[in-house]
Amino acid sequence: MKFKLVSFLVACTIVFTGCGSNAAETNDQANEGAAVNAADETTVSEEVWAPILESYRQFTIEQADTFIIETEKFVTAVKGGDLDTAKQLYAPTRMYFERIEPIAEALGDLDPNIDARENDVEDKDWRGFHRIEQGLWERNSTEGLDEYADRLLEDVKLLRALMETVEVEPSLLLTGAVELLNEVSSSKVTGEEERYSHTDLYDFAANVEGADKIYQLVKAELNKKDAALDEQIGKGFADLEQALAAYKSGDGYVSYLDLKEEDTKKLSQLIDALAEPLSQMGTILEA
Amino acid sequence: MTGPKDSNDSQDEGKSNVLDKTISRRDLLRLAGVGGAGLLLGATGVSGLFSAKSRSGVSSAAPTVAANVDQIVSFYGKHQAGITTPAQDFIVFAAFDLTAASLGEVRKLFQDWTQAAATMASGELLGDTNDNLNLPPSDTGEAAGLSPSRTTITFGVGPSFFDGRYGLAGKRPAALVDLPAFGGDELRAEWSGGDIGVQVNANDLQIAFHALRNLARIARGKAVLRWTQEGFQRTSGADPSGATPRNLMGFRDGTGNPDVTDDAEMNKVVWASASDGTAWMSKGSYMVVRRVRMRIEVWDRSTLGDQEATFGRHRASGAPIGAVHETDKLDLDKKDEKGKPVIPMNAHVRLAHGDGSVKILRRSFSYSSGLDNKTGQLDAGLLFIGYNRDSRKQFIPMQQKLGQSDLLNEYIVHTGSAVFACFPGVSEGGYIGETLF
Repeated sequence: MKFKLVSFLVACTIVFTGCGSNAAETNDQANEGAAVNAADETTVSEEVWAPILESYRQFTIEQADTFIIETEKFVTAVKGGDLDTAKQLYAPTRMYFERIEPIAEALGDLDPNIDARENDVEDKDWRGFHRIEQGLWERNSTEGLDEYADRLLEDVKLLRALMETVEVEPSLLLTGAVELLNEVSSSKVTGEEERYSHTDLYDFAANVEGADKIYQLVKAELNKKDAALDEQIGKGFADLEQALAAYKSGDGYVSYLDLKEEDTKKLSQLIDALAEPLSQMGTILEA
Repeated sequence: MTGPKDSNDSQDEGKSNVLDKTISRRDLLRLAGVGGAGLLLGATGVSGLFSAKSRSGVSSAAPTVAANVDQIVSFYGKHQAGITTPAQDFIVFAAFDLTAASLGEVRKLFQDWTQAAATMASGELLGDTNDNLNLPPSDTGEAAGLSPSRTTITFGVGPSFFDGRYGLAGKRPAALVDLPAFGGDELRAEWSGGDIGVQVNANDLQIAFHALRNLARIARGKAVLRWTQEGFQRTSGADPSGATPRNLMGFRDGTGNPDVTDDAEMNKVVWASASDGTAWMSKGSYMVVRRVRMRIEVWDRSTLGDQEATFGRHRASGAPIGAVHETDKLDLDKKDEKGKPVIPMNAHVRLAHGDGSVKILRRSFSYSSGLDNKTGQLDAGLLFIGYNRDSRKQFIPMQQKLGQSDLLNEYIVHTGSAVFACFPGVSEGGYIGETLF
């Protein structure tokens, strides 16, 4: 996703440059800016970032390892025709993925193979969690899902293997936190992610946990650089987590269908209130 | 108080002599605009000095949009801009609800808003991180390179601001009353109320939207949008003569407005005084906002005779019925040959005029918000905005009369309503709301 986006932006730049010489000059200025910023980044202390990045790498590996174990249980239930267990395991299993989604998105086709919704990809290519979700809830059956279950487990294992190849840079880490909240903003808080099971709040909570993890890792650095921003972000997470706690049910969360419009509006506004200051964390990349 | 140059008190802001004051960046831009229509500001010129911030000097090679005096209405002054300022072409109105945890946060919000509003009124980019690839730009950018376009931003607080949350219950002005229910009200929560009201006006809708959007962004974590409404009137480009604008019923709206250049009249009609009982509102004003939907389809099938009788004016000229010119005296006693009043007893103009002793300053805009999906009819009408010194003595009695018997009621329905106490203006270094917080 990340890589694709970059090439898309490059394409746009070329198109706009074609509009006239003024645009070209503006572009040159922007490029100079880029050079300056890249230089800045190298001034950020290796000693500071190395342990942060290593901690994050360990976190994502842990999540991915557990994701395989939980997906195995889920797949076993699906293939064994145990509809109730499959439904129970579906949402909690996905949380391990949702916490580290920015990493998966950096790995090409893996994200759609695991997480595409109907119509995100061509029907012949549609597989993964949501294809199984459709079967379990729409058709209320595990029939015909064996092949999707097997491929899901393969894809999840491949994700874990490829994660060794991902090099997380500080800027990816920081924008990843915001991207996790953007995920919530654009599909979870609207109930569009889990259109058959309505377990959106599980994904919601997991995305927020993933963002919080990143914040916790850089918090000390952030506090040194901008204590007020750190405080604002801390409060934003606390407010959001408190609001989310109201929708807990047993070990999980209530159905999206139980939320009223004022509930989703409030949650959405809390996400915006948090994501705005969170998007300023890049300030710690400045020398 | 700042000097006349930096105030919006007079209508010819910026035309004073620059020599009596240290030359600021804005003055340089003004001079550039005044002195050289079409003057290119090169890299060694003004834009070279200020290119990092000036919206109108983004590219040193591009012709600078003339940020001349006519384009800037200063944010600062003894009154807030946007009240007696001649109405711009567009409005973006927004009501906010506070989510701030403390009065300190509310104060910080108004301080940040004040700074941002003054910056945007001058046509400058917000903040200082607009060229850092590691951060979201501090200005959202859609107004970059555009002229200030007479942007004004006017702030007020509603009755709910004075509930228990911030310990200000005792500060609520008596004049900030909840409006009673009027005839013709079909108010909807989605277009009513709000802790804070913000009126953004500009001669360009994109610039007005930019301002509101950035204010909402700055407010994140402290306040959330409650409702918004965009509005328009014929642009100054379409009517360079600046005639009284027509509403969507085709009639001129605002003919009877008091003269904004008459200070004594404004003090009587618009500006609150400390002697009214609320010291912090001295030089402020009370704003009434009403979202008035017009039954467009019904209006369009009524005869011209009925339409003119409804308003009490001729459509083409804007003159009172039986008169010739728009500004001809409103003669409410005039009878026809059968002894019937020429202007019907329940005509809009008669009821709004009353005995002529009660006035408000109207600053309304038309709105169009797509369709009402229930009926397939247009959702369009008037975003009524009125300023007065005390709604209890001015707007409320006037609207009670109109709500009961105005012939216009057959063609309109009030769907939204809000009232706000608009703070007095501030001078540079101060912040909106400083008299209250």
